[in-house]
Amino acid sequence: MPTETWLIFILGFMLVGSVAALEIKDLLSAIIAVGIVGLGLSMAFLLLQAPDLAIVQFLFEIFAIVIMVRAFMKPGYHFSDTKSKPTGRTIIVMAVLVAIFILSINVFKALPPFGEPLMTTSQHYLENAARETGSANIVASIVLDYRGYDTLGEATVLFVAVLGTLTILRVKSNKKKEEESEK
Amino acid sequence: MKQEPGLTLIAKTVTRVSVWLIILYGIYIILHGHLSPGGGFAGGVVIALAFLNVMLTYGRETVTHWVNVEFLHDLEPACGAIYMAIGILGISISGGFLANFLSKGTLFNLLSSGNILLLNIIIGIKVAMGLFTVVWTLAIFHINEGGEK
Amino acid sequence: MIVYLLCFALLLVGIYGLLVKRDLVRLIIASGITGYATNLMLVLFGYKRGAIYPILEEGKAVGERIMVDPLPQALVLTSIVIELGITAMLVALAIRLFEKNKTFDITKIKRLSG
Repeated sequence: MPTETWLIFILGFMLVGSVAALEIKDLLSAIIAVGIVGLGLSMAFLLLQAPDLAIVQFLFEIFAIVIMVRAFMKPGYHFSDTKSKPTGRTIIVMAVLVAIFILSINVFKALPPFGEPLMTTSQHYLENAARETGSANIVASIVLDYRGYDTLGEATVLFVAVLGTLTILRVKSNKKKEEESEK
Repeated sequence: MKQEPGLTLIAKTVTRVSVWLIILYGIYIILHGHLSPGGGFAGGVVIALAFLNVMLTYGRETVTHWVNVEFLHDLEPACGAIYMAIGILGISISGGFLANFLSKGTLFNLLSSGNILLLNIIIGIKVAMGLFTVVWTLAIFHINEGGEK
Repeated sequence: MIVYLLCFALLLVGIYGLLVKRDLVRLIIASGITGYATNLMLVLFGYKRGAIYPILEEGKAVGERIMVDPLPQALVLTSIVIELGITAMLVALAIRLFEKNKTFDITKIKRLSG
């Protein structure tokens, strides 16, 4: 089967999984459904000939699920979103989104068709990367040599996210720790 | 309630054998970043998951006896500073910021590709220590909030 | 073109979740879904039919097989890492809000400081 048929199948599976993740009332099932969407995305990256991205997406997805399950499984949590019929706001939002979807069909007709990219800048990278940088992995040479400044920016964003998490979850005083160690 | 924190004896024995293999696999992915898919980010998160494995199986007290946690928390900004220092070194030796100044070697060797190998190692350590800090902080908050282990 | 439309539909499902849902955990899930759709769309723009992954191998010549576009893959690599940082920080915010207000419902959280 050609790649496009497999891609349509995986994308349909991801759509069903994402709708289920938003609508299921049980919390653990919703988190597992979002995990399935992420793993389906990793399979789609493998089919699109991007093994680097498949490895990174798979591992980061598992990390995100472990963090969410550990943080949100509390004994006193009741899921309180019990509406039986959709309210007015839901209907307006869905109507606007369906209208945007129908209007975007013309936009996607104007792009180059699927499977024939233009590749005007990438020709230079594909031909000269092995000679100028000396590495066999062209994606790694783009990330760390031709565009190394973007990786410095991304390392800074990761540092700020870790710092923000530490600041939000800081224990206020040492009194709680002393009470814990005295027991 | 169990006598000691963590999971059962089978989980502890398997973790004790396999955590070194996971760390070795992470180091392999980082070092071969310029020859096969992977690189700094994937290898870093594999090493962070190895630490998370020990934390879930043995409890937090054992991890403080195993490694020096304060040193690992401080290693992450240090790697960011070393990345910038390599960039400024590139200005002084040749070309502009983050220029490739080490030797390029022959293709498909392990010690080829100049700057890329060094930057892969630094990014790998930075991502691993950053994610370990996040998981450690969430675990401490979980305890202090009043929930049991 | 059907592939492009399905990916855009995934993005619209994520935006629907962000606008309609009242539960904090659902908002975090919806922001994750929007991130996945964006990354997939970028990689879809770079696919070439019948081409192979952009990694050189030892025994083959340089221009033997046609390769896919490596530039969107490099940009999406950075984007995936930043999405994890955003999710970790949103989870920390949600835990702190639950500790103060005992609920995850955003219509019942009214006080800003404390």
